[in-house]
Amino acid sequence: MALLLPLAGAVGIALAGRVSANLRETVTLVTAGGLAATVWSLLPSVMAGERPGVAVTELLPGVEIAFRVEPLGMLFAALASGLWIVNSLYSIGYMRGNNEKNQTRFYVMFAVSLAATMGVAFAGNLITLFLFYEMLTLSTYPLVAHKGDANTVRSARVYLGILLTTSIGLFLPAIIWTYAVADSGDFVQGGILAGHIDGPAIGLLLGLFVFGVGKAAVMPVHRWLPAAMVAPTPVSALLHAVAVVKAGVFTITKIIVYIFGVDFLFAAPESDWLLYAAAFTIIAASVVALQQQNLKRLLAYSTIAQLSYVVMAAAILKPLAEIGAAIHMVAHAFGKITLFFAAGAIYVAARKTEIHQLKGIGRRMPITMTAFTIGALSMIGVPPTGGFVSKWYILAGAFQDDNYVALATIILSTVLNAAYFLPIIYMAWFMPEEETPAKAHGEAPWPAVLALAITAFLTIAFFFFNGATLELERQVVENLS
Amino acid sequence: MNALAQHLPALQVVVPMLVASLVVLLRPRGLAWAAATAASVLAFAIAVQLVQAVLESGPVGYLMGSWPAPYGIELKVDALSALLLLAVTGASVLALVGGRDSLDSQIEVGRQPYFYAAWLLALAGLSGIVVAADAFNIFVFMEISSLASYVLVAGGTDRRALPAVFKYLIMGTIGATFYLIGIGLIYMMTGTLNLADMEFRIHAVADQRPILAAAGFITVGLALKAAIFPLHVWLPNAYTYAPHMVTAFLAACSTKVSLYVLLRFDFLVFQDNLTGHAFQFTAYLMPLAILGILVGSAVAMFEKNVKRLLAFSSVAQIGYMMLGASLVTVAGLTAGIVHIFNHALAKGALFLAVASFATVAAGLRLDDLRGIARRMPWTFGAFVVAGLSLIGIPGTAGFVSKWYLISAAMEIGAAGLPLVVIILVSSLMAVVYIWRIVEAACFAKAEDEPAPSASVSPVLVAVLWLAAAANIYFGLVPGLPLTLAGDAATELLGHLP
Repeated sequence: MALLLPLAGAVGIALAGRVSANLRETVTLVTAGGLAATVWSLLPSVMAGERPGVAVTELLPGVEIAFRVEPLGMLFAALASGLWIVNSLYSIGYMRGNNEKNQTRFYVMFAVSLAATMGVAFAGNLITLFLFYEMLTLSTYPLVAHKGDANTVRSARVYLGILLTTSIGLFLPAIIWTYAVADSGDFVQGGILAGHIDGPAIGLLLGLFVFGVGKAAVMPVHRWLPAAMVAPTPVSALLHAVAVVKAGVFTITKIIVYIFGVDFLFAAPESDWLLYAAAFTIIAASVVALQQQNLKRLLAYSTIAQLSYVVMAAAILKPLAEIGAAIHMVAHAFGKITLFFAAGAIYVAARKTEIHQLKGIGRRMPITMTAFTIGALSMIGVPPTGGFVSKWYILAGAFQDDNYVALATIILSTVLNAAYFLPIIYMAWFMPEEETPAKAHGEAPWPAVLALAITAFLTIAFFFFNGATLELERQVVENLS
Repeated sequence: MNALAQHLPALQVVVPMLVASLVVLLRPRGLAWAAATAASVLAFAIAVQLVQAVLESGPVGYLMGSWPAPYGIELKVDALSALLLLAVTGASVLALVGGRDSLDSQIEVGRQPYFYAAWLLALAGLSGIVVAADAFNIFVFMEISSLASYVLVAGGTDRRALPAVFKYLIMGTIGATFYLIGIGLIYMMTGTLNLADMEFRIHAVADQRPILAAAGFITVGLALKAAIFPLHVWLPNAYTYAPHMVTAFLAACSTKVSLYVLLRFDFLVFQDNLTGHAFQFTAYLMPLAILGILVGSAVAMFEKNVKRLLAFSSVAQIGYMMLGASLVTVAGLTAGIVHIFNHALAKGALFLAVASFATVAAGLRLDDLRGIARRMPWTFGAFVVAGLSLIGIPGTAGFVSKWYLISAAMEIGAAGLPLVVIILVSSLMAVVYIWRIVEAACFAKAEDEPAPSASVSPVLVAVLWLAAAANIYFGLVPGLPLTLAGDAATELLGHLP
């Protein structure tokens, strides 16, 4: 299975790291390519409606470790494995450009966390998902704390603390509760909880799940995300675009679709609060983002807002909105990874981290800033970028339900997004440099530039070629009202 | 071989005991260790055989000298004893095999034969408690194991172990005396010492005061031995100042064996005979279990010495076992018993890792462990795995028992919800105290890089990883301990309505 490949790769990287840096990075790239090939080879059969699965071992009576490939997970795995290649490419440029220490540990943990991501994506039931969810938290911890100074360790502690607290304190009881009432935790089309639970308990259980999945960063469990900004930029990109937060919203979407069941939740008024919580997070995070001076922190708050887009889309509980949730995962991944790559490239080449320092940088780093602009436009949702497609579907879903709260939130947040991204773009391109840097610099090392060019290209390409994704996700909502 | 097979329950005790007396004579350096290790391995092999026999055909009985049961001495190995035997002998093997260098450096050469003799006596005593089927022999073996473990704890060169062991001695003796008084009272009323017989005969006199007093004495005495909060005060110092390998051995099994006797007595003898016993058992022990969990974890969160930190964590973990038992349901008891086994795995591995750290680090305070992960990556990795098992991260043994415990608490309805909250909160506290060590080891810089004086023996690291791997194995394939624990719980609760 796809899971073992990155794990084998991790061992290979650890061994190769002792020999030479070049070999280590080659192993990383080969593993990433192999993983992507494996995952993508599953795609045609899933498109055809097959659901390949495998049960590994029975953990407890009636509770087994099992994997099952279904459209949502397929999309997530394909996305993560594809972006890992690009991210590895970028990491090589970034880590070398910055002369970071402990690079072998970095690449090893990266591979392990990708294995965990695959496990989350293909998990066949709640307990398997939980297993890999925790593995992902733990394997990203050394990445976040990579620098190892006091400040970094403190932030990494916040990261680990919040994620473990929520997952053990809320997510685990919710899972056990589910097993207790429904006698199963398998992901089944249409949900398994209908008829087993009713009244306020639905709202409570949903709350345990949503806040228990701290990786989705619905306020007030979002604090770990800005804290994790201390990590090297490829890790931030991993956290934000490829694995961690995506694992969060993916888990929530999966739970809503396959555990609760969309129709069941729609019929239960107790679940309405989720929409409002998500809407509040979108607006609040956008407002906070407006006030940020540090580029990476701004992007972090933007991520929080964008994640709640996915949660809100899932919470609208209409077919088109569920499709929108899945597509937004992809679109946001492309856009946000571009933005982070750009931020990292700026840091490597110019050592700049604050927004006001970016005046006139477009002239020195034209490729980077073009990519940044494309990413930002995708965040705002301007055509022709991927962000437009997902926003379209979420809006369409909101109209299906005449859900004005969601409509108003989307419109307001689009304005806010524009308000914090456009000034940066304007400064970078049209304002003169305040002082010439001590050392003239051009673009970042070529692997980094190549990586961010690829993701920027993907952001635009997703606008034109999203048919396959749509086709895949339609299967999720096939028999819904 | 078949002729030998039926004597296995007796051999379980006899082998280490006989070898113990021989070990004293083995003066040449290293020979005593080899003999003790060989005896331990043999004992472990016997335990494995017994587990198989129990799984195949139920409890294995044995009549000493073929005297019939209520009159002669009976040994009996059922599911619960088998699980305990596995933990006791397994811990002994791992600690001895891995601890050769560590023990060699901590025990004076001249005393080593005596030390290993005491080790084997402790092993024999603990095994004896578990296989004995009558109350008095349990007492005899308890005394053997206790006296031997006092010697073990004080066996090192650390003078601070002496006051610690004195405290341990006083409290352990009080506990044993209480137990003996209780048995005396019961013998006076029923005229029997065999547990199965006692269960039957006590029925006629169950309403009499001496029986009640006996129940009180036995429960308190055993609670003292098992270090159930608030009777745990002897434990932290004894664990902290004992030689590292002794801590690994005793922490993995000694208190659990007392807990085993407590469960035996309360569920087999008292439960269905004394009126209102189930209620009293729950009402008194559950609050203590909860307090133990919370206080133990809280102290561990602020403790600076790594061994003492882990010792307080043990107090909390014993609370988990009691909590499961005090629910008085099959699910709860299964959870408690499974946790006996799983905690032995996790704590044993943790203390082995600590012993490994100790060979390189200057001391065992958190500050001494700064940056140790860099110097000992393998030991550190195993430590993290065992720590995760202690926290209860899925994929490790600790998760299985935690899952069962939470399910059992949910099963009893609304009253179980606070328990669920307590279990979860204490899990988070475990995250805190384990992570303090991890952070210190991983990220804090050592002020002055000490010269790499000693290096860890590869055997210790291999054993350590074996223990860590067992944590993962029993986390993914927990069939064996679960079956045994489930059988044991059904057996213990079998005659309850």
